Amino acid sequence: MILRLLTFCFLFAFHTFTHAETTLIAVAANFTKPMTEIAAEFEKSTGHTAQLSFGSSGKFVSQIENGAPFEIFLSADDKNPIKLQQDDFAIAESRFTYALGKLVLWSNAANYVDEKGAILAKGGFQHIALADPKLAPYGAAAIEVLKNMNVFDTLQPLFVEGENIAQTYQFVSTGNAELGFVALSQVSENGKITSGSAWRVPDNLYSPIRQDAILLKSGEHNPAALALMQFLKSPKATDIIRNYGYELP
Amino acid sequence: MGLSAEDVGALWLTVKVASLTTFILLLIGTPLAWWLSQTQSRWKTICNTLVALPLVLPPSVLGFYLLLLMGTHGFVGQLTTKLGLGTLPFTFAGLVIASVLYSLPFVVQPLQTAFYAIEKEVLEAAATLGARPLRIFFSIVMPLSRSGFVSATILGFAHTVGEFGVVLMVGGNIPDKTRVVSVQIYNHVEALEYQQAHELAGVLLVFSFLVLLIVYSSLKSNSFGQR
Repeated sequence: MILRLLTFCFLFAFHTFTHAETTLIAVAANFTKPMTEIAAEFEKSTGHTAQLSFGSSGKFVSQIENGAPFEIFLSADDKNPIKLQQDDFAIAESRFTYALGKLVLWSNAANYVDEKGAILAKGGFQHIALADPKLAPYGAAAIEVLKNMNVFDTLQPLFVEGENIAQTYQFVSTGNAELGFVALSQVSENGKITSGSAWRVPDNLYSPIRQDAILLKSGEHNPAALALMQFLKSPKATDIIRNYGYELP
Repeated sequence: MGLSAEDVGALWLTVKVASLTTFILLLIGTPLAWWLSQTQSRWKTICNTLVALPLVLPPSVLGFYLLLLMGTHGFVGQLTTKLGLGTLPFTFAGLVIASVLYSLPFVVQPLQTAFYAIEKEVLEAAATLGARPLRIFFSIVMPLSRSGFVSATILGFAHTVGEFGVVLMVGGNIPDKTRVVSVQIYNHVEALEYQQAHELAGVLLVFSFLVLLIVYSSLKSNSFGQR
């Protein structure tokens, strides 16, 4: 009994000494799954808590500039974090690329997309889905690929554009679009395509999709926020990021 | 059922937001609808138009302007900061205020219609017999427009449960604070967790069906629809 009480006291003291804090993080929707897993690992290793909010990067920027209580921003691109640091809402030196997005041409039907993407020139489909190039970096990358392959003009009339990469995935996974450009992270598990058929677009056909993290001014003095920025670079986190189909710079 | 703790939290938060919103809307919507139904003022048309505006504006547009208005640089935001309340977006209170604005026409319009339907002679007779305005309202207007109050309550509650664009913008999708069911379903869909999204949508559907069913069956015996 006394032993138990002592253990309790010790744990309690330990708990107060380490000051477990909570940090609120704005996470780009496409990074929902890996970040949920990383947050769980982070809590296990540090005792701090990471609360996650998911949404579109552009929306987060207007929310942060209007007083949202987020302390870290994990964007789907590098433009939005740069805008925040220019507008003095974030700490410039803290910005780094936490993941590189990989583009795939994917269909939910087996043996539909060939391993070289020759189907783009061959045609024979009614719709090709991609994310809105103005809003989503994966969409802009898809346009680059089509232009580099000289099929942009012929395929443009067949475009269906998703508001973001998750909606684009829905168009293709439900078969409403025969094929489309989606994120490798959406259709792979541990490096393998989970269903349908896909062409992994070679890196030389599009500029890298940099997903940048940045510490916001509101999190500058929160040890939990600082710890999470470090944790994102740790092998535990990078393993999870790679498992979900992203690469690292 | 595989509802997670977060799903349950979102459901509970939704019930809280929707109940409080409906309550506030009935408090301010009733005098507003009564005034609109009785007045001959030249401001009447302008007010009617303003009340109906949330029906037209896309929710994300409304949410964006509320964010600007209530945020650190906005007029309302600076006012609430001066009053020591801080800013409203990303808080429970902010969510309720946004929902009140967004669901306003759904409460005011049914009440207004019900008030219009009350014959002037009845009210005049009561006044001639010496009843004061408040007494007339509580003993004659309210019982006569019962169905209007019921529709207003149902529509106000249901519309708040179903809102998404406004709460996502003003609320910021923060767990347990502003993450309501519609936003949680969106999270599941974004994470491609379709199974969880189906389950939560199913719970929402059954819950809404039951609430509406209970309200309508309780009305059946009370001549709902005749007025």
